[in-house]
Amino acid sequence: MIRLEKRPQPSRFWSAATPVVAVLATMVAGGILFASLGKDPVAAILTIFWEPLFGEFSFFYRPQLLIKGAPLILIAIGLSLGFRAGIWNIGAEGQYIMGAVVGAGVGLAFYPLEAWYIFPLMILAGALGGWAWAMIPALLKVRFGTNEILVSLMLVYVAEQILASAALGLLRNPEGFGFPGSRNLQQYASAHNAEIIAGSGLHWGVLTAFIAVIFAYVLLNRHMLGYHIRLTGEAPRAARFAGVNPARLILFCLGMSGALAGLAGLFEVAGPAGQVTIDFNVGYGFTAIIVAFLGRLHPLGILLAGFLMALTYIGGEIAQSQLGLPAAAIQVFQGMLLFFLLALDLLTNYRIRRTGREAA
Amino acid sequence: MDLSSINPVLLVASLMVAATPILLAAIGELIVEKAGVLNLGVEGMMIVGAICGFAISVETGSPIVGFVGAAIGGALLSYLFVILTQYALANQVASGLALTLFGLGLSSLLGQGYVGVRPPPTPQLDLPVLSDLPVVGPILFSHDPILYFGILLTAAVWAMLKFTRVGLILRAVGENHDAAHALGYKVVRIRTLAILFGGACAGLGGAYISLIRVPQWTEGMTAGAGWIALALVVFASWKPWRALLGAYLFGGITVMQLNLQAAGVAIPVEYLAMSPYLITILVLVVLSADKSSAPASLGRIFHASN
Repeated sequence: MIRLEKRPQPSRFWSAATPVVAVLATMVAGGILFASLGKDPVAAILTIFWEPLFGEFSFFYRPQLLIKGAPLILIAIGLSLGFRAGIWNIGAEGQYIMGAVVGAGVGLAFYPLEAWYIFPLMILAGALGGWAWAMIPALLKVRFGTNEILVSLMLVYVAEQILASAALGLLRNPEGFGFPGSRNLQQYASAHNAEIIAGSGLHWGVLTAFIAVIFAYVLLNRHMLGYHIRLTGEAPRAARFAGVNPARLILFCLGMSGALAGLAGLFEVAGPAGQVTIDFNVGYGFTAIIVAFLGRLHPLGILLAGFLMALTYIGGEIAQSQLGLPAAAIQVFQGMLLFFLLALDLLTNYRIRRTGREAA
Repeated sequence: MDLSSINPVLLVASLMVAATPILLAAIGELIVEKAGVLNLGVEGMMIVGAICGFAISVETGSPIVGFVGAAIGGALLSYLFVILTQYALANQVASGLALTLFGLGLSSLLGQGYVGVRPPPTPQLDLPVLSDLPVVGPILFSHDPILYFGILLTAAVWAMLKFTRVGLILRAVGENHDAAHALGYKVVRIRTLAILFGGACAGLGGAYISLIRVPQWTEGMTAGAGWIALALVVFASWKPWRALLGAYLFGGITVMQLNLQAAGVAIPVEYLAMSPYLITILVLVVLSADKSSAPASLGRIFHASN
């Protein structure tokens, strides 16, 4: 018989090792999945994980790693703060959309004026848009005790409708010959989220993501508020007795994650995407949930996990064009990663013991 | 704008159709939550049920076999949730999210060959005299069998929870798993069965969308119905009949906004399309003041050593 024994303290070794083991297990299970689709599993895994980094065209793919990783990291950092305190914002996709729409709207309102202050204003507006969208579940939770999981998720569908309405109406390009979608911000110098070093993929969003990682690290390790977040998550009763104000925590965590998701949306729409279109969002808000868990809700872990997840996106696209691997297979692959991670987490908190009952 | 084009009888008949998928999923989740487990993977199980039911009924030509397959598909996916939360003792919120993300990917992988295919039609109830009655006929006597099954299931779950020993044990496990364990009930086994039941119901609800309501397969076609079902359980304060009421209310809103779109009301389509979600939020706000009826062990991890 196998018996589980609760560890007095979470194992530090397994806490660090589970993401690695989970990635390896996902590679094996993913290989089986790819083989069942009639693709060579080894070639598929190599295409996904090796090709973008060291392959023939890696000079093209490496900058992509920053471009795709930055929004994931930015959103996941925000989510991790709430997740740690047991505040579940799963509507980051909606906050991402609202940040993009509001930010792009501010930028487009100035068109065709060229001025230095336009882009900073857009950044501010993007953060505010995401923040305001996240404040809805936050205020409802604080005031009425409404479940933030359901409200934030419902607001994703509402945000998608607002995006459609903006792309078809309010923000539509007046010179676009009636096609849906806004003006291309890449062609509007004052509003363009250009690369800081050309060809490196390093745009302002990437820089912001790095700053967010440092900020979150300092907050969680050196600041009273960060301590309260951790305390609430690990020992809610103790936190209550210690006088932690739960309402303040909810407003901060949801607001912060909303603002960061909004920023991610703005940097995406003003840079790599360029346009507000009906389907400009590609699910970063949901994938970021996987990133947050894969990074163990730790800022540095999230940094690594964000790049790993970006790798599966890029590698997945290569595998799609070279091996004909369906796009949905990559989505399943990412989902599997979260499964293995959650299952293997058992080893962090419990010790597996064999009991001699059956031998006797 | 021409509101007279909206036929009230057809409206009621179609709101029952619109309500059935979320009713089925909500009744399943109600049992799961009564057993003290919060499974946020309803959306994932629904969409997997939708494609399983669709693919199987297209291959076999029989919608009923398709529905059975959808229930099995939903239950199989929910078994992953069982492994994670009951055996690996993982966080239920995170595991439910994982189930949804995985289910959405899996369904679009399975559904690749089925886009644009038409499923075999499900036979409608056709009673000689009753179905031809003027108002009552279309509303009560001319639906598909699954719709009636949904209502029967609601009644069965209500009776099971209220009058039977099984219902009592289920509620005991949900209210206080440590006490139930001390009394000798197999907490993990009971919860596993509840989760599988919830998965099967969600699968049926998903298949209802792809086989009867739409009927077609498109990626992500459940469009949040699973999440609405979760909200419905809260709305119903974990009572089956109130879940039925809530589902019909919600179905009514969905059908009404579609009718208004068709009638060409001066409200932009996007605002009408977001109304079901906004109203769900509103209902959650109004009803979340009263949390007393939630099962006391909801979402807590059970480990026999604690």
